[in-house]
This record gives sequence, structure tokens and C-alpha cells, in this order.
Amino acid sequence: MELRPILSTLRRHKTTAWLLILEIALTCAIVCNAVFLIGQRLQRMDLPSGIAEHELVQIQLGHVGKNVDAKAQTEADLAALRQIAGVRQVAVANQLPFSFGSDSNGSLMLDPRQQQKTAQVAEFMGGPGLLPTLGAQLVAGRDFQPGEYVDFDAAVQALHDGDARGLPQEIILTRGLAKRLWPGQDALGKTVYFGNNLPFRVIGVVASLARPKQLEQGVQYSTVLPISMTAADGSSYILRTSPQERGAVLKAAVAKLKQLDPNRVVLVKRTYDAARREYFADDRAMAGILVGVIVALLTVTALGIVGLASFWVGQRRRTIGVRRALGATRGDILRYFQTENFLLASFGIALGMVLAYGLNLFLMLHYELPRLPGIYLPVGALVLWGIGQLAVLGPALRASNVPPVVATRSV
Amino acid sequence: MFGYYLDLALRSLKRHRVLTGLMVLSLALGIGACITTTTVLRLLSGDPLPQKSDRLFYAQVDPNAKEGYIAGQTEPPATMTYVDAMFLLHAHRAKRQAAVALTSGKIAPQRANERPFYSDGVQTTADFFGLFDAPFEYGSGWTAADDEGGSRVIVIAGFLNQKLFGGANSVGKTIRMNDHDFRIVGVLKPWSPQPRFYALDLGGHDYGGDGDAMFLPLKTAMDLKMGPQDIECYNAVTDVDNLAAAPCMWLGMWVELPDQAAVADYRTFLANYAKQQVAQGRFSRDETALLDLMGWLRDQQVVPDDVRLQAGLAYGFLLICVLNTVGLLLAKCLRRSREIGVRRALGATRGAIFGQFMVEAGIVGLVGGLLGLGFAELGLFGIRHQPAEYASLAHLDLSMFLFTFVVALVASLIAGLLPAWRACAVAPAPQLKAS
Repeated sequence: MELRPILSTLRRHKTTAWLLILEIALTCAIVCNAVFLIGQRLQRMDLPSGIAEHELVQIQLGHVGKNVDAKAQTEADLAALRQIAGVRQVAVANQLPFSFGSDSNGSLMLDPRQQQKTAQVAEFMGGPGLLPTLGAQLVAGRDFQPGEYVDFDAAVQALHDGDARGLPQEIILTRGLAKRLWPGQDALGKTVYFGNNLPFRVIGVVASLARPKQLEQGVQYSTVLPISMTAADGSSYILRTSPQERGAVLKAAVAKLKQLDPNRVVLVKRTYDAARREYFADDRAMAGILVGVIVALLTVTALGIVGLASFWVGQRRRTIGVRRALGATRGDILRYFQTENFLLASFGIALGMVLAYGLNLFLMLHYELPRLPGIYLPVGALVLWGIGQLAVLGPALRASNVPPVVATRSV
Repeated sequence: MFGYYLDLALRSLKRHRVLTGLMVLSLALGIGACITTTTVLRLLSGDPLPQKSDRLFYAQVDPNAKEGYIAGQTEPPATMTYVDAMFLLHAHRAKRQAAVALTSGKIAPQRANERPFYSDGVQTTADFFGLFDAPFEYGSGWTAADDEGGSRVIVIAGFLNQKLFGGANSVGKTIRMNDHDFRIVGVLKPWSPQPRFYALDLGGHDYGGDGDAMFLPLKTAMDLKMGPQDIECYNAVTDVDNLAAAPCMWLGMWVELPDQAAVADYRTFLANYAKQQVAQGRFSRDETALLDLMGWLRDQQVVPDDVRLQAGLAYGFLLICVLNTVGLLLAKCLRRSREIGVRRALGATRGAIFGQFMVEAGIVGLVGGLLGLGFAELGLFGIRHQPAEYASLAHLDLSMFLFTFVVALVASLIAGLLPAWRACAVAPAPQLKAS
């Protein structure tokens, strides 16, 4: 295909050609960045939590003040919940990965003389059976033994008295946190400090356990402490069952708890999947909006191409007729308009890539986004070339159907 | 003349139905997106207390350790300790002042067959209601003496009064909250500033809802160990139950300052307090801040990044739609070169041609605006079904309704400029000769 005649025609329609190029360029820039943003959101929504997500349900009760028998009550509740058909394991937990609600965090240090914390970590607590119930996978060391657990109240009292002996001595970390604290070394047996004076010895490492909130502090920077909590401390009952039985188990568990004490208020009852969905709802919504924007943008650009191409075809009917009369085939005419569009799109894409890069720099500056990976540019280019060809097909076909006889008619 | 242009424009638009449709549609899509996101943006950056937001200030001091402090760069924390808040409160240096924390409590039902429920509340001091212009339906707030004595008094919101007492005057009656009896001293009219500015950074929700259900004196709440929603400690805590003495920050401090002089005075007072605390060794940073209400909202970034990003996207989208319209209008006008040539030859001035094409662009804009309004309603409908807290508040108001047409007209007239200019530059002679 000879390019020269196309270029010389375009030179005669500079303004319209430039408008189209500019439109394609802006679309390319926005679409590249929007697709990148969607990728970021999907990645976030896809973060591994390290627990058996589809098998867990959570129930949180409201309590007022301190019941003397909170511990006994919790034990009774747990025993009753274990009786429910379909329940495999039950435990108490103060928090879950990726979920709203209260959460515990602490400043972890490697040296008691340190002034600045090494990492801000999430503190999972609950009681015996927490890790197996959650389905967190131990990859080194061991779980806590029954004798190592300390009651939450006793731990608070020990803190109050400044008596470190009343506090637990052991801790379990995630692999991610262990790698951050001691790169390339074995974490087992090492000591970490909470604040300046509370030492804990690492006895186990779990493969993964994501923190509830504050993901920017390190998604996997979580610890597990052998502290037994009761439902009165604001903790939840976590029940593990099979994915199919979750709904029935949740209903039965709530009924059972209300039957044990009708005056209790259920604050939270949900499957873990629902909790996680709620946590990432904003990201899902944003990804949805971005998809909408991309579709709308491509549609508008395609319509613009259709409109301009139709106009050009109409304007050049005579020229097309003359060319046909001089021996050009329908295919020649079709290819002429397709090549013209390809050229315009290419100019637009080239300009669009520069714009996309600039837009990304702006977003990096204002929204703490990472750099746009190079792969998005060729993908964006392919999409726009495709859209351009699709949009021009109709008008180009109409052009190829112009009969040669048009050449002989005066307009 | 305008009527004639209108007639010409309508004829021309009718002649090229598909092209006109494309222009209107693309402009409408862009306008719809812009109006939707601008509505949300305006909603989020709105003033929750327009009548006095410029007189309300949020005081901050910084009890954190020296470590990590960069003078002039490190901002003081959002909340303060009980000790600092009480000092500022008792100093009475502002017209009104209140310390605020959020709480929640279990409220026992008034009727036998109902179940207890949890409600959000505010623990604060006597000036709170006057400070924030909270309107009373019945009764009034409590007194400074109630603050000092830790009286078991409570102010409840209208919706709670409706729920418990069917909306009757309940002042003097008793409600049971967290298993203690409280005497109702006041019932508020519906009051729910958006965003709930006093709760920012205290662990509360920003938008939506009916507001807090109950308000009780700070000291009373502390006596009953109703912990605040959010506590941040800057030192090793030995006794988290004793919040009055613990090195923990959990109170927001609001003051009302009537004029610039009072603001300057208060700033000095605050700075002196911090310096004095540094001299005594209790503080190691003498950083303070006194932001007015809108400044505080900006500081807290009440407008989420996502929303600003969406607005940016929408305006980018509108730009593309305008470009698109320029292209299509230009194509249309170049096709009509001969018509223009004839009109010019018959005596129409360049200005007349220009006017004619601008009227045509304006009509496209107005129709696009009308359709865009539909798209915006659709977009806001979508926003209302989003999980965000502000979702239910997203509605088109009169000013946004008018703004839509302003945007539409401006966008279309800008789009029309180039084609109209090209049209009036057409030389009549060659056009007439060609046939």
C-alpha cells in the first residue's frame, strides 16, 4: 500500500486529523492509567490472608462492664458451640485479617534500648486452638502449649503492677515478619520486645497471617500471643465448618447463644467471606467505576472515529469514484481508509504514550501510586488500534461501495 | 436574527441526525460523569456548620517523645491527653470550649418486651451544645457543675427519644444505660452535621446516619469506665483503666474564638503552655496547632483520594468528549462550505456566519446538558448504591442542576469556536465556482 497519497490527503485536512490524533492520545493516556489502577485494586483485593477463608464464621457479642464469670461464660459458650452440627473447631479471637472492627497493634523492637520501633505489628490473641481454627499454617516451631496461656485480665493486671512475670513469654510470628526482622536467619528462639521492657521468645512461625487494618504498615506483619480472651473483652467467637454449612452453622450458633442468655446483644454475625468482602468493598467499587470509565471512553472515541470517517467518505465520494473508474478495486478503497485510520491511530498512540507516562508521574506525586509498568503501553496501543479499525470498518465499507460512475456525474 | 439562526441550526441538526446524535450523546456522557463526581466532591468538601465554622478551632499539642521529631515538619497528634485537655478547659481562654471523645453504650428498653440495644454516644463537657449550635427540642445541656461532679445526666438525640418515649417530652425521666440510671436533661432536635467533624480521628464515622444518640458528661463516663472509641498512647502504659493519668491521647479539644485577636491570643496561650510543659520536662516538643474547622477537615483529608481521582477522570473524560464534538462539528461545517458560500455571496457577514454556527453548537450543548442531567442522575443512583458512608447523601441539588447547564453551554461553545471560525473564514467565490 502506498502511504504517500494518504499522507498528502491528511495534510489537506490538518485540523480534523489533529483533533482525531489528540482524542486518541488522551484516550490512550487515560485508559493505560485506568487499567493500571484497576490492576492495583485487584491485586489488593487478592492479598492472601493465610487463613481458611471459606470455612469460617464470626459472632461477636456485646458486653457491658466486667462480669465476674466472663471466663466461665465463655467456656460454656464454646462448649455449646462445639455441639452444633457441622462445627469442626471453635476458638476466641480478638481480630481477623482484612476486617473492620477493633484491632490490636503494638510496637515491636529488636533491642530494648531502641527508641524507634522496628515494626508496627498486629497482635492476634484469643486462646487455645486459635491457629488451627483459623487454619493458619505453622511452618516452623510449634503452637502454644496449654500451660503457656495467660488470661487477658491477669496480663492487664501484670502490666499494671509492672510485673513482667505475669505476662506470657512466647510469641508466634508470620514468615513475612520473621524475614523482615532477621533476614536469612532462623527466627526460632530469638527474642523480640514490645515497648521497651517486655521480652517475648519466638517459638513458632506461621506461613501467613494478614493483619486486620493498617495494611500500609506491612500486610503480613502479624504476631500471635498466648493470651486467653473472653467474649466480654470484645473478642469474637470463630467457628470453623465446611463452606456449604456456613449459613446453617451461623444461624444455629446465634440461636444457641441467645438461648444460653436471651439478654445478650449480637453485634456481629457474618461469614469470614462477608467480612473480607466488606473490607475491600471500596476497592471493588473503584475498580467497577474505572471499568465503566474505560468502556465509556473507548465508546466515545470510537463514535468520534465513525463520525469523522463517515464525513471524509462523504466528502471524497468523487475522488473515490475517479479512483474506481481508473481501475482501483473495492479492496483498494477499503484498505485506503483502513490504512489512513491506522496511521492516525499510530500517531495518537505515540503521543498518548508520552501523555500516559506524564499522567502516571502526576498520579505518583499526588496519590502514592507506583510507576506504570511498561507492559501497559503496548496493551493500550493494541486496544486502540483495534478500536480504530473496528470503528472505521463501517464507513470504509461504504466507501468501497461507491460506484465508479460517480466520477462521471457532476455533483 | 437570533431566531433565524435558531431555525437554520435546527434544520441543519435535523438534516444530519446521526452526526447530531453522536455529538449530543458524547457531550452528555462527559457532562453526566462530571456532574456526578462534582456532586460527590462538593458533598465531601462541604461545610458541616456554615453559620460558625470560621469561629470554631481545633487545638492540638504534642506530648510525644523527642525521637523522630523534626521542628516545623512533624504535625502534632490529633488528640490530647486528659491532663492537657483539662488544663485548656479550665483555663477558659476561649468563649466556649469542649473536650470530646466518642463512646457507645447499651441502652435498656423502656418497654418490657423489647431488647436492649447499643447506641453511639459522645462524652464531652458542658459547652458542647452551645459550641456547635446543637438545637434542643426539650430541656437543655448540663452545667459545668455536672461536669465537675460527674452527675448521671444525659442528653439524648431526637431519634432516640422517638424510639424510647415515642417523641414525648422526656426531660426528667430516667433511662438505663450500661446498667446505670441517667436522668435526661435535654432532647436534641434532629442534628447530624455532615461530615461529623467533631468525631474525626476519634474513631467515629464521617458521613451519613442520624448522628450520635446520646451525650453525657466526660467525668461521668470516666467514672463508669466507658472507654473512648480510640486511644493512642505515647509511653509505656501501666494502667490503661486510669485514663485521667495515663500517658494516652484520646480527647479532641474544640474552642470558639469570636475574632482574629482572640485567635492570635489563643495561639500564644497554646504556644506558651507547650513551652512551659517542655520546661517542666513533661513535653519534649513545643509544637502546637490551632486549625479552624474547614482547615481541620482538609488536614484530616475528609475527601478520599478515590473521589478526587474519580473527579479528575471525569474531567479528563469531558475533555475527550469536547474534542470529539469539535471534530464532528468541524466535519459538519466543512461539508456545508457551499451553503456558507451562498449565504456569504448573498450578503451575510462573517459575524453572521460565526453566530449561526455558535447557536448550533449551543443547541447541541443544551440538549447534551439535558441528557447529561439524566446520566448524572443515573450516576448518582449508582453512587447511592456504593458502600461508602456518604453514599446516601449523594443527590443533585438546585445549584448543581444549574451548574450542569453552565458546564454544558461552556463546553459546547468552546467546542463550537473552532468550527465556527473555520466556517466564517470560508471564501465565497471558490465555493460558488465549484458547481
